[in-house]
This record gives sequence, C-alpha cells and structure tokens, in this order.
Amino acid sequence: MNNNLKKINVYAIYLGALILILPLIAFFINAFSFRWFYPQIIPKELSLQAWVRLKLIPKPGQRSIEGFLDLWTSNPAVIKALMNSLTIGILVTIVSIIIALPAARVLGLLNFRFKKLIIFIMVSPTILPPIAFVLGLNINFISLGFSGSFFGVCLVHLVPIMPYVVLTMTGIFANYNPDFEHQARTLGANKTRTFFLITLPAIAPGMVVAALFAFLVSWSQYLLTFLIGAGKVMTLPLLVFSTASSGNPALTAAISIIFIFPAILILFFTSKFVSGESGATSGFGKI
Amino acid sequence: MGGERLKIILSLTPPLLIIITLFFGGIFYGFLQSLGYQPAIGKYDINFSAYYNVMFSERYSKLFWTGLGLNLWVSFASTFLAAVFALFGALAIRKTFFAKTVCNFIYSLNLPMPHLVVAVGMIFVFSQSGLLARFASQLGLINSPGDFPVLVRDKYGFGIILAYIWKEAAFFFIILMSVLQSLGENFEELAQSLGANRWQRFRYVILPLVMPNLFSASIIVFAFSFGAYEVPALLGVIYPQMLPVMAFEFFLNPDLNARSEGMALSIIIALIVMILVVFYFWLTQAKIRKD
Repeated sequence: MNNNLKKINVYAIYLGALILILPLIAFFINAFSFRWFYPQIIPKELSLQAWVRLKLIPKPGQRSIEGFLDLWTSNPAVIKALMNSLTIGILVTIVSIIIALPAARVLGLLNFRFKKLIIFIMVSPTILPPIAFVLGLNINFISLGFSGSFFGVCLVHLVPIMPYVVLTMTGIFANYNPDFEHQARTLGANKTRTFFLITLPAIAPGMVVAALFAFLVSWSQYLLTFLIGAGKVMTLPLLVFSTASSGNPALTAAISIIFIFPAILILFFTSKFVSGESGATSGFGKI
Repeated sequence: MGGERLKIILSLTPPLLIIITLFFGGIFYGFLQSLGYQPAIGKYDINFSAYYNVMFSERYSKLFWTGLGLNLWVSFASTFLAAVFALFGALAIRKTFFAKTVCNFIYSLNLPMPHLVVAVGMIFVFSQSGLLARFASQLGLINSPGDFPVLVRDKYGFGIILAYIWKEAAFFFIILMSVLQSLGENFEELAQSLGANRWQRFRYVILPLVMPNLFSASIIVFAFSFGAYEVPALLGVIYPQMLPVMAFEFFLNPDLNARSEGMALSIIIALIVMILVVFYFWLTQAKIRKD
C-alpha cells in the first residue's frame, strides 16, 4: 500500500500540530513579555518582569550567582510551592511503589478467589470522581487532625495514585517469569540478593515509567490538596489556580511554565514506553 | 497452600486498606452526611431532604437541572469530538512524512499536561483578547475584542469542551496509535485487494477493529469530564454551572446546612458515573455473549 501521505493530509497534520501548541506559544509570550496588549501578535518588548515579580529572577544588576542564591533562599512563594509539590510527589511515589510491589506481584502471577473483585475495588478510584470521596473524607480528616497537614495531603494523594501503580505493575508481573528467581535461589543467593540482582532489573523499566506517571498524578492534584491541605499546604497547582483566577496573565503564564516543565520532560523520556498497550497509559484510567 | 494464602492476604492488605478506608470510607461518610447525619452540628436524624432540596426545591432545582444538562452536553460533546480528532490524527500520522516524530510528540504533548494548565491555555488562546482574537483582528475580521465570539467563560460550556478536547484527544491518540500499530496494515491491504475503497476500508475494516479500545477510552474520558472540578471552575460561568462546581460551592458555604446538599450532589454525580460504567460493562458483556 502507498505509505506516503497525500500533500493535503500532511498539511492538515501540520496545521493540527500548530493548533495543538498554540496554548504553549501563548504561555511563553505571556511569560516573557511586558505589556502585550491586544491586538499585538508579537509583543513590542521582551521582559523578565513576571519572573522578577515572582522572585525567581533577581532585579537587573543583581543577576549574579549570589543574587540568585539570595533570592531563592529567601523562600519566595513559588519556590515554596515548588518544593512542597516535589516533596509530596516524590514521597507519595516511593510509598505507593513499595506498597504496590507485593500486591502487583501476587495479582500478576497468581490466580485466586475474589481476584476480580479485588481488582475492581482497586481500580474504582480511577472511575469515580474525586469529589465523591474527598468531601466526606475532609470532615473525618478534620476530626483526626490530619487536615491542613503535610501528612494528610500525602495520604489523600495515595488514593488516585495507588490504583494506577498497582495496575501498571500488575501488567509488568503478568509478563514476568519467576523461574529465574528459583534458579538464583538454588544457586545459593539469598532473598535480598535475588530481589536486587534478578527481580529488580527485570521490572525496573516498567517500574520507572509507573513511578514517573505516579509522580505526575500527584503533581497535578488540585482539588484533593485544596480540601485536605485547608490552605496550609500550598502546592504549585493551587498557586496556578489562584493566580489564574486573579487574572494576571504574565504571572499565571510564568508559574504555569514551571508547573508543566516536569510533564514535558517526563513525556520526552518516556514517549517510547507510553503506548496504549503499556500499563502506563492504562493508569490514565483504562478500565 | 496455607502459606501461599497468607502471602496473598498480606500482600494485598496495604493497598486495599488505603482504598477501602480513604476512598470508600470517604464516600460512605459523605453519604451519611448527605442524609443529614452531621454530629458536628448536633444533627443525628436521617432523611432524604438534602436530595429533595437539590433536585426539586424552588431554590435549587433550576440550578441543578440546568447543571445536569450542561454536564451531559459537555461530557458527550468533548468525548465524541476528542475521539474523532484523535482518530483522524492517528490514521494520518501512521504514514510516513517529513517531521513525523515531531508531530507524533506534539500530538501526545497534552497527555501528561495537567488539566489546570490546559484550562489556562484555553483562556490565553480563545478569550476575547486571546491569541486567536489577535489573529482575527490583524486579518481585519474583527474591529474590537467584543466582536470575537465568547468562547471561554460562556454559558454553553464551549471553553470547557475545548479544554477537554485539547487534553483528551492526546489520550485517545496514544491509545489509537498503539492499536493501529499492533494491527499493522494487513487487514487493509487485504480489503484493498478485494476492491474496498478508502471509505469502505475505514468504515468496515479500521473502525470495527479500533472500536473496543475507542469505546473503553471514551467511558474513561466521559466519567472524568463528568466529575472533574478544575476545568469548569476556571472556564465556566455562575449560571448554568456544572455539577462538580456546584457541589464544591455548596460544600464551602459557611452555612453548615448547605453541606448536606453539597454531599448529596457529589453522591448524585458518583451515582450517574457508576450507572454509566455498569451500563458499559453490561453492553460489552452482552456483545461478547452475542459473538
């Protein structure tokens, strides 16, 4: 069959790609321009003012290494939110992988009664909307003292992430042959050694993808953090939302660029793993 | 055998515990509160008045039913359009052409993008002083920003639909690309050699082959857009209002009695999504039995 596209179809694809990245273009223009008034398409002057106002880049004249360090260690709101988002994301990812590992192994390798029911319970948070559980949970967390705490936010982030990691890793273990472990054991390796030398290398690629996307799920959580954090735990999505609502496009664009940076990075490094068949995408909710 | 059983139970308990206590526990507690059981403010009676108030009281019924209508319209329209765009994109992109890898990357770009950012992007592109309005003005199509159609924060939910199309088309795209890749071109070549034209190859060969995946992805997208908060909160208007925004606003209401109504709404949203998913499973099971 003819593998070359008709010219007109190629142009349609290019047009589609252009339309798809229009928001991204708008983000960059907004973040690096000053007084980008309607109806200009190209801004009259480029400017770092938004970044200076967010205290991410020092004022002109102070842009030395010390200037940057002084500014960043003064802990401006964006850096604080960024660190919170990073810490919560990394913590929750590690915890969820550790919890999911044994469960995924059992689900992927063994057959037992109620397996379907257990998988159904496990994936239900990917189908039902978060607003259905977080409103009820909120009041419980207040009475338990978890509300407004870092711990409470981490705990509630586990809910959307857990099903996703378990499902992805179950897929990995479904294609995994445990016989190599038996061989290592008969050759005299102990359990820990077998895990690190045999099991881990075999599941590592899939696990890394699962971890990266689990991190992204936590990274983009707005509603859960807002309700359980009770205004005391500020993360990047909360900052993006409040800045966007207050309506300053330059500041919103600058924070958004920081917010989407890891997403683009992760897509870049995992694009060859991310396909409809890999568990990674199913985590976005394939039933 | 007993050892294996213990191992299974021990391995599955931690994640199940998290899901059952936090997720189902949260839903259960929300349900209790929606029935009016609020020990925090000294209310212990159980009734369905919150549900009645939300759906039929003079104060809220109009808001609720228009909201439900908007919810259904936004979810159906965005799911359908995102799937159609992704299907055409995927069908075209699997052929070879210049800068294919770059295009592939751009078409998948919105997959890891948070919904919140996509919503902000829609404001930047489609608002009356946004990028498109500027293009239109330069081309002399409009004289002032007011001439540009209201596409974000509009009462028909166009902005919300656009945001979901942007975001979910990437999800459909990835799924379709992998299905098409695993199918190869053998079926189409066969159909072509038997004399099928382009439309017939699409309608009777490709579409039936990708339909199961497309359909299950649609359910996910529909369920998500039906219950998500961020996008309608940023791109919606006060009236008509999508149900998740309405539930959240009830919940944040300083009047603690409104909480029951907020909970009732969130339970209603969850119920509708659940009915939909059950219906989907029933449909696929029925089809499997028929085949």
